[in-house]
Amino acid sequence: MARALINVPAKAKRGDVIAIRTLISHIMETGFRHSTTGAVIPRDIITTMVVTYNDTEIFKAELHPAIAANPFVTFHTVATESGTIAFRWTGDNGFDVSEQAKITVE
Amino acid sequence: MRRETTRRDLLLAAGGLGLATVVTVRPSEATPASMQEAIRKVIGEAQVTPGKVKLDIPPLVENGNTVACAVNVDSPMTAQSYVKAIHVFNEKNPQPNVISAWLGPRAGRASISTRIRLADTQKVIAIAELSDGTFWSDSADVIITLGACLEDPV
Repeated sequence: MARALINVPAKAKRGDVIAIRTLISHIMETGFRHSTTGAVIPRDIITTMVVTYNDTEIFKAELHPAIAANPFVTFHTVATESGTIAFRWTGDNGFDVSEQAKITVE
Repeated sequence: MRRETTRRDLLLAAGGLGLATVVTVRPSEATPASMQEAIRKVIGEAQVTPGKVKLDIPPLVENGNTVACAVNVDSPMTAQSYVKAIHVFNEKNPQPNVISAWLGPRAGRASISTRIRLADTQKVIAIAELSDGTFWSDSADVIITLGACLEDPV
């Protein structure tokens, strides 16, 4: 449902440091805003993001309401072997989205 | 009366010191204390030393709803010496935490970036935890012309 954009280079040399950029569509409602009737709009955010490279965890982030809507996160990793880089975002109201990208290491 | 004195002092000081002084003189309505508390909660009693970390955030921002924020840590990122985690905190949002990211020696480069919300003109702090157990930090003052809309009716 939620759209995730991932930028992972398709090919890399072994040992190269590659940049990974991710963007996922989510309103990241802070839980500090009020509606026109004065009721608090309940919090609805992505709380964690976990990235695995061939089932080994390489990056984990804990997000808070201070992250802008449609969380954009970039980080780096070393291209060690060909395989799959899997991303998983979990959050409030049972939010759980997974996405993966293939990488070929030469 | 007191306010006028402050302003005059400011003008005198403004020659060299510039905007940073203005920011520190602002009445602090919220929570440097709660930020300290949040930092302690995450890193414990460890000593935090300024240095090694570079927090890259624009000094003047029009819209606090999305502020590009990058953290780079000076580290060789080898199996012996690497950055374990990067934490970002703010002073005046309703909550002091922004993001906590855990890296490892496989990251290759200790550098993350994201987009954050800032409710008001304030100081942002990035703290890096290294594999040898030391903590390093960098802070930046950000001036926000339009804060992240906390009050906007929907």
